[in-house]
Amino acid sequence: MANRIPRVAVREQDPKVRATNFEEVCYGYNREEAMLEASRCLHCKNPRCVGACPVNVNIPEFIAKVAEGDVDAAAAIIAQDSSLPAVCGRVCPQETQCEGSCVLGVKGEPVAIGKLERFVADETLAKASATVAPSNGIKVAVVGSGPAGLACASDLAKWGYDVTIFEALHKAGGVLEYGIPEFRLPKDNVLKHEIAKVRALGVKIETDVIIGKTVTIDHLMDEEGFKAVFIGSGAGLPKFMNIPGENLCGVFSANEFLTRNNLMKAWREDYLTPIHAGKKVCVVGGGNVAMDAARTALRLGAEVHIVYRRTEAELPARKEEVHHAIEEGIIFDMLTNPVEVIGDEKGWVKALKCIRMELGEPDESGRRSPVPVEGSEFEIETETVIMALGTSPNPMISRSTAGLETNRRGCLVADEQGATTRPGVFAGGDAVTGAATVILAMGAGRTAAKAIDKYLKG
Amino acid sequence: MFEILSKEMLTPIICRMKVSAPRLAAAAQPGQFLIVRADEKGERIPLTISDFDRKEGTVTIVTQKIGASTADIIAYEPGECFADVVGPLGLASEFVEMPADKLAQQRYILIAGGLGTAPVYPQAKWLKEHGVPVDVIIGAKTKDLLIYTDEMREVCDNLFICTDDGSEGFKGMGTNMLEHVVEEGHKYTQAVIIGPMIMMKFTTLTCKKLGIPAIVSLNTLMVDGTGMCGACRVSVGGKTRFACVEGPEFDGYEVDFDQAMRRQGQYKAEEIAANENHVCKIGRGK
Repeated sequence: MANRIPRVAVREQDPKVRATNFEEVCYGYNREEAMLEASRCLHCKNPRCVGACPVNVNIPEFIAKVAEGDVDAAAAIIAQDSSLPAVCGRVCPQETQCEGSCVLGVKGEPVAIGKLERFVADETLAKASATVAPSNGIKVAVVGSGPAGLACASDLAKWGYDVTIFEALHKAGGVLEYGIPEFRLPKDNVLKHEIAKVRALGVKIETDVIIGKTVTIDHLMDEEGFKAVFIGSGAGLPKFMNIPGENLCGVFSANEFLTRNNLMKAWREDYLTPIHAGKKVCVVGGGNVAMDAARTALRLGAEVHIVYRRTEAELPARKEEVHHAIEEGIIFDMLTNPVEVIGDEKGWVKALKCIRMELGEPDESGRRSPVPVEGSEFEIETETVIMALGTSPNPMISRSTAGLETNRRGCLVADEQGATTRPGVFAGGDAVTGAATVILAMGAGRTAAKAIDKYLKG
Repeated sequence: MFEILSKEMLTPIICRMKVSAPRLAAAAQPGQFLIVRADEKGERIPLTISDFDRKEGTVTIVTQKIGASTADIIAYEPGECFADVVGPLGLASEFVEMPADKLAQQRYILIAGGLGTAPVYPQAKWLKEHGVPVDVIIGAKTKDLLIYTDEMREVCDNLFICTDDGSEGFKGMGTNMLEHVVEEGHKYTQAVIIGPMIMMKFTTLTCKKLGIPAIVSLNTLMVDGTGMCGACRVSVGGKTRFACVEGPEFDGYEVDFDQAMRRQGQYKAEEIAANENHVCKIGRGK
C-alpha cells in the first residue's frame, strides 16, 4: 500500500552550522525522494487539498506527474494556477492549508505537498513559463511587485494585456525581497528566477516609482493611458507598542532590521549597509516576522530571546519556523509582555521591563487572551529590542487618490472581486486585508486579474 | 538609470550635481527630499532636493562628504549614472498648501546652516516667485564653507551672511545673526531653520525667545523613506512621528532635539568601522 510509506524526511542544514550562516536551511528533495514522497498521495476523488489552497493548485494531478518522474508536466500543471511556486513551496503555511486537509494527515503524516511543489519549481526554475496570448494593446498598471502584484500582472500578461508594475523600492519582489530572509527564500538562486519568469511574460517592472508621491493613480489613468490599475502595495507600516522608551537607540522595527539585512544585504561584507544586533537581542512578537528577525539576529552573532505574551500553542508563526528557531537556539520567553524599554545615560537600551501574563477567557478570535499578573514586573537585560508586532497598509496611495475608500484599520475597501470604490481601480493582498500570507495575496491578485479582464472587456 | 548631467564642487567636500530624473522632477515641491543609491552595493542615502526643473526633467542635489556612501556619490562624474534616485519624499513645505490670503500676510526668515543652505534655496525661490517677503540668513564656520550665496541673493529680499570666525559677513552664529537682524527692526511671522540638528535646536530656542514660530527640517536616519522602517522616528510634542512621511518639516518648538541627535548617531560605531575598511572604487577604471 502506497500510504504505508512514511513521509520522506527533508534534508536540512545542521542547526549549529546554519545558526552562523545565511544559506538556506532546507535543502529540499532530490528526484528519488520526491518520487517516493509523491507515491504516497492517495489521489482522492474529492481532493480536499485543492480547496484548501488559496489559488486552488491542482495538487493530486501535479503529484501524479512527479510520481511518474515527469517534472516538466508537473510544472505545467502548477503554472496554470501559481506564478510563484518556488516561493510558495517555501513560505506557505501548508499545515493550515493543503497539508492540513490531506486525508493521510488524519491518522498519520500528510503528503509533503509544499516540499513537492518546491522540488518541481526548483527543477524547472530556468525554464520558460506559460504561453502568452497575442497583445491586445490595453495598458494596465500594477502598484507593487510583491506576491499580489506579481500574480495579478502574470495573469493579465498571459491574456495579452500590456502590464507595467510600479515598485517603490529599487528591487522587485516586495516583502519577498525586503522581508523574508535569505535562509528561508534565497534571493539570487530562487526569487530572481521567479521574477524573471514574470518579466518573460512581457510584464514591465519600473522600480523607484512611489505611487502617491512620484506619480499618482490619477496621472497614470488620465495622462499615461492606463485603463485599469491594480493596487497590491501590501502592508508596510510597522506597529509599535507605544510604551515608554521605545525611541531609545537600539529599538528597531522588524521592518527596519529585516530590510537592512535582506534588501540592503547588511549581512554581506561587500555591502555598505550598517546593522546593529549586539550581544543580546529581544524580539517582541510571535509571528513569522518575529521568527525571521530573531533568526537573523542569531546569525549576526547575538543571543536571541523571543518575548511573546501568550504561549507556544498560540504562536501565529508557521510551525516549521518555530521548530527551526528552537533547533537553532532561540530562547522563547512566553507569557511575557514588555511594559517599558529602559535606557542608559547615553540613550541606548539596557533592559526590557516586562510583566508576566496568564491566559484568561477566549477572546473574539477564539484564542485565550493574555492577562497581566499584577506585581510580576521584571527586567531582561538586553542591548537591542526588535518590535515585530505586525504591520498595516501604507496610506500614501489612499491619501493621494480621490474616491478610494479605506476602513478603520487603514485597509483599502474592496469587494470580493477586488473592485475598490473607484471605477477601474482594483486592489488585493495585504493592502486590503492587513498583513496576511504570500499565498492569500497571490490569490487576491489572481481574482482581481479576472475582474479587471471582465471590466475592460465588459 | 539616472544620468548625472553636471557636477561642480562648491567646497572641497560639498558637491552639486544635476541628475536626470523626469518623473521625480515633475512631482517635486520645496521641502521634499529624495533618496540616492549610487550603485548595487551602496546605501540608500536621503538627500534634500535643492532645485528641480520640470521642463528639463532634472533635479539638483547637494552632497557633503560625511562617510563612505556620500564619498561614493561625490565620486560620480557627468555621463555616469546612479543606480537609483527615488522621490519626491516627505511632505511639501507648509506654505505650498497655504491659502493665498494667509500667505499674503506672511513674512519669512529662512535660516540656513552649512549644507542646509541647499534645501533653503528652493523654498526662498518659491516664496519669491509667489510674492511673499523672504529674508535669508546663511551661516557657516568659515568663508570657504559658505555655499549658494550668489544664487540665494537672486531669490530673497535681504541676504544676511555670518561666519563663526568673521571671515565673511557678520561674525557669529546664525542665532546671533538672527538676534541682530531682529534688533535692527526686521519683523517676521515665520522662521524656517535647516541645518545640522544642533544648529536647529539652538536656533529654535532663539526664535522662541524672539517670539517667532519656527519650522525645522529633520535629516533623520532612514532606509526606505516611505514609512516602512521607522528608523526616522522623532518625538514631536510627546508623540512619535515618522520624519519620512509626516515630515521632514515639524514645529521646532515641539521637537525633542536631544533624542533626535542621539538617534541620528545610532549607527556611528558601524559607520566608523565601514569607513576604515572602505576603498572607494567608483569612477575608477570605467
